Amino acid sequence: MSSPAANSRFTGVDFYEADRLLSEEERAIRDTVRTWVDDNLMPIIGDCYVEGRFPKELIGGMGELGFFGANLPEAYGCAGLNNVAYGLIMQELERGDSGVRSFASVQGALVMYPIFAFGAEEQKQYWLPRLASGEEIGCFGLTEPDFGSNPAGLVTTARKGDGGWVLNGTKMWITNGSQATVAIVWAKVGEVDDPASIRGFIVPTNTPGFTAKDQKGKLSLRASDTSELHLQDVHLPVDALLPESSGIKSPLMCLTQARYGIAWGAIGAAMACYDEALRYAVNRVMFDRPIGQTQIQQVRLADMLTEITKAQLLTLQLGRLKDDHLLTPQQVSLAKRNNVNMATECAREARRLLGANGILAEYHSMRHMANLESVYTYEGTHDMHSLILGEKITGLSAF
Amino acid sequence: MKIAVCLKRVPDTTAKVVIADDGVSIDPTGVKFVPNPYDEYAIEEAIARKTAAGEGETVVVSLGTDAAQETIRSALAMGIDRGVLLQIAEHPDPAAAAALLADELATGGYDLILMGKMAVDDSQHQVGPQVAERLGMACITAVAHLKIDGGTVTAEREIEGAVEVVRCGLPAVITCDKGLNTPRLPALKGIMAAKKKPLDIKPVTAGESAFEVLSLTLPPDRPPGRIVGEGPDAVPELVRLLRTEAKAI
Amino acid sequence: MSPMLCVLEQRDGTLRKVSHEIVAAGRKVADAMSTTVDALVFGHDDVEGLDALGACGADRVLVATHDTFRLYSPEGQTATIAGLAANYSTVLFAATATGKDLAPRVAARLETSCATEVTDITVAEGRVVVTRPVYAGRAIQQLRMMASTAVLSIRPNTFPVTDAGRPGTLESIPVPEFTANVEVVEVKAPAEAALDVGEAAIVVSGGRGLKEPENFSLIEDLADAFGQAAVGASRAVVDAGWRDHSAQVGQTGKTVSPGLYVAVGISGAIQHLAGMRTAKVIVAINRDKDAPIFKVADYGIVGDLFEVVPRLTAEVRKLRAEG
Repeated sequence: MSSPAANSRFTGVDFYEADRLLSEEERAIRDTVRTWVDDNLMPIIGDCYVEGRFPKELIGGMGELGFFGANLPEAYGCAGLNNVAYGLIMQELERGDSGVRSFASVQGALVMYPIFAFGAEEQKQYWLPRLASGEEIGCFGLTEPDFGSNPAGLVTTARKGDGGWVLNGTKMWITNGSQATVAIVWAKVGEVDDPASIRGFIVPTNTPGFTAKDQKGKLSLRASDTSELHLQDVHLPVDALLPESSGIKSPLMCLTQARYGIAWGAIGAAMACYDEALRYAVNRVMFDRPIGQTQIQQVRLADMLTEITKAQLLTLQLGRLKDDHLLTPQQVSLAKRNNVNMATECAREARRLLGANGILAEYHSMRHMANLESVYTYEGTHDMHSLILGEKITGLSAF
Repeated sequence: MKIAVCLKRVPDTTAKVVIADDGVSIDPTGVKFVPNPYDEYAIEEAIARKTAAGEGETVVVSLGTDAAQETIRSALAMGIDRGVLLQIAEHPDPAAAAALLADELATGGYDLILMGKMAVDDSQHQVGPQVAERLGMACITAVAHLKIDGGTVTAEREIEGAVEVVRCGLPAVITCDKGLNTPRLPALKGIMAAKKKPLDIKPVTAGESAFEVLSLTLPPDRPPGRIVGEGPDAVPELVRLLRTEAKAI
Repeated sequence: MSPMLCVLEQRDGTLRKVSHEIVAAGRKVADAMSTTVDALVFGHDDVEGLDALGACGADRVLVATHDTFRLYSPEGQTATIAGLAANYSTVLFAATATGKDLAPRVAARLETSCATEVTDITVAEGRVVVTRPVYAGRAIQQLRMMASTAVLSIRPNTFPVTDAGRPGTLESIPVPEFTANVEVVEVKAPAEAALDVGEAAIVVSGGRGLKEPENFSLIEDLADAFGQAAVGASRAVVDAGWRDHSAQVGQTGKTVSPGLYVAVGISGAIQHLAGMRTAKVIVAINRDKDAPIFKVADYGIVGDLFEVVPRLTAEVRKLRAEG
C-alpha cells in the first residue's frame, strides 16, 4: 500500500513541477474543475459512453460554476479568466471525457466567442449571460457534407428577403446540434465561390425550417451528440447577422480559439490514461510481481510521462503567449497537432498495458483512445495542421 | 447574524505521509494542503445561513503559517466575506490554539462560531469546546443537523447507535460533522473575487505546549495475509481459519 | 503518585461496555505508577453494573447523582469532573461521542490540552506517554503529557479487560452548582438498535461492489449471522447516499479496531485502509484479486460477492447453531 497511485481521486501528473508556473487562482480554478469531474462526471461517464448519451444533467452545474466561455468578460456573466485558466478548465474536463470537453469548447469558443467577437452589443447582452449559465445551449454550423477541411467552399446561402434573411443549406458533424437551442450558422451572402462573403448568423433552433438529427453509429465521442443540421428557407430577422463577421477569416478565428482549448484538453485525456496505467501497473500482479516491475511497462510509462511533460510546458507557454496577444494560429496548430497525437498514443499504450481489463468501459483508456480519434480528426485534422505548419515553414502552400 | 468560521490548513487526505528527518512531524515536500474537510461543512453552513437570512456577515479565522492565506482565500472563493489569519510559525497544541482563536473571536460580536468537529491532521477534535469554554459560550459538538429558530439552536449529533437532540441559546460554538450539508465548490467567479476580499494578517505567539511530541512513525505493516481461495467453495476453509487459527469467531 | 480518575458512560441506567475498557486502561497506568483507580459514574438513579467495576480494576466507584444526569449533561459533568481533577494525575475518558465532547471541556477548565483517541498509555519519568493515531491512521504519534493532570480519551476496543480483582467500593460524591446552557433534550434511538461500527467487536462493511443499495441486505444478513456485528460502509457508498454517514469507515468517517473486520466489495482506497487497519483480523471478499484491500487482509476470497457472501452467511449460521 505504499504506491502514490493507490488512492481513488485524480491528483494530476506534474513531473516538472509545472504547478509552480501557475498562479494561486489558476491552481484553484483547475482544482474546482478537477473535483467537479471526480464527483459528477467520473461516476457516470462509463455508462453514458456505452449508452451513447451526453450527460445533459450536468450542464446546469457546469454553468453555475462558470465553465462556459470562462475567458470572456465578467460584464457578460462570464468568469473573466485568463487563457491559461481557461485552458486548465479544458484540460480537466477532457481528463473526464473528450465529449464533455467538446460540449464546453463548442459552447465557449464556437458560440460565445463569435457572438463576443463579431456580435452587436445587444446580441452580446442577450446571449452571452444565457449561454454562460447553460440556460441556452449552442452549436456551431460551419462544416458541410462536402466541405470539411476546406470550409471556404461552403455552399449554405443567406439571401435578403421578407425584411430579413433566408438561409438554406446543410451542415454536418455538428457537436451539440440536436441539443442546441441556438446555432451559429456560417453562410455566404454573396456568390458561392466567394469566401469573402461568408457571414455568421445567430439561429434559434426553434425557427421554422431548422431541423437537426443525430448521426448514429458512432464508435467515438459516444457521450456527445453529433448532428446534421438542415436549413430549409429559414427566415431570420435582420439582426440575426453577426455584424462584425466578415469572410472565411471569422469562422477560422473561432476555430483557433477552439483548437487552443483542444491542445489543453488532450493533455487531460493523456494524464487520465497515464494515471490509470500507473495505478494498474503497480497493483496488477503477474508472475508474482507487479507488472510495473517489468521493463516493457516501465518503458510505456516513461514514454507517456515524457510526452505529457513536454506537452504541459509547451501548452503553458502557448497560453502565456495568448494572454500577451502574441499567439499565432500556426503556434496553435503545432500544439493541437502535437498534443492530440501524443494523447492518442498514450491512450493506446495505456489500453495495452491494462490487458484484457483495458477493453472494459469500467476503465477509461479505451474510451479516451476511441474519443481521441475524433479529436485527431476534427478542428483541423492532424494532417491539415502538418500542412499549415509546412506552409508557415516554407512559405509554400500545399493545400 | 454574524458568523465566524475557524479554518485549518491540513495536508490533503489522500497525501502519502512521509516522516520528516526530525522524527516528530511529516515531510511536507510534494504534499498538497487543503482546507480541513470538516471545516468545509462549517464554511458551507455559514454561507448558506447568511444567504438564507439575506443579511449578516461571515468571517473566516485561521490560525496558521503564511501559507494558510491560500486556504483562507479558498473559503473566500466559496463565499465567505472576509478573512483573518492569526499568523504563527508552527501549529501549537490544541489548548494554545483555542486560546489564540478565542482571543480573536471574543471581540467580534459573533452570534455563531462554526468549525469542523476535528482537524484531519492531528485528529484531536477539541478546539471547538475549548474555544467555547474560554468564551463562556454554549457549545454543541459533531453536529449533523442544525436548526436555528430565533435565538434557539436545536442540533442533532450522532452518538453510538442513536441520535442525541441538543438545545442551546445563542451565541454558541457549533462543531460540524459530515452530513450537515454538502460543501459547494468555489465557482470560478468566486475564485477571481476572492483576491479582492479583505484578509487581515495578525501575528500571534503561543504559550507553552501541554505536551511534547516524542515521535511520529508510520503504522506498522500488517503481516502478509493470504488468499484462502476463489469463489464460494473457499468459504468453509475461511470459516475454519477464522475459528481455529485467528480465533475471531 | 496521584490516582487515576476514569470517567464512565452509561445509557438508560446501564454501564456501556466501553466503560470497562476505560477502567482497564486506568488500571494499566495505575499499576505502572503504583497508584489507585477511581471510577466516576453519572446518573439520576441507580446505575446497573457498578458491581463489575472492581473486577475491571476500580479501587473506588464514585457516583454523582443529579436529575439532569439521566441524559448527557455537558456542563454538569464538566463541573463535577473539574472540581475533582486536581487530585488526580490522569483523567481518562472514552473517545466516544460523549467523551469527545466532555474531555476537551474538562481540559479547558484545567487550561491544558487533552490527548484523544489514545491507543496505548505508558509511563516514563513520572509522566504519562500516550500513543495515538494521527492523519486518520496514516501515522502514529507519541506524546508526553506535561500538565500536572493529564486528560486522555481512549479508543474503544483497544484496551483489553482482564480480571483485576480490586475492591470497587461505592461512594457518593456531590455535584457542584452549575448553569446548564446546553441541554440534551432527547435521545432518538433507531427503530432497531444498531451497533456502532466504532465499538462493535465485529464489523461487516460493504462497498461499491454491491452494485445497488438494496444489496446491502447481504451485508446485514452476514452481520446478523455473526451476532453482535455492526454494518459498516465505504465512503463511496455513503457519498452515494446508500448508507448513513454513521456507518462510514475511514477518512471523514470512523476509525475502527474491531476483533474482526469483513470488507465486502471494497477495493480499499487509502483512506478506507487507514480507518480499519488496526482491526485484529481482516477478511476481504472482492472479485478483483489485485484490489488493494487484499494487501491488508489476513484472509481473502477472490470471487463474486453475490455467491461468496450468502455462502459465508450460511456457514457462520451453521457454526453458531452448532455452538
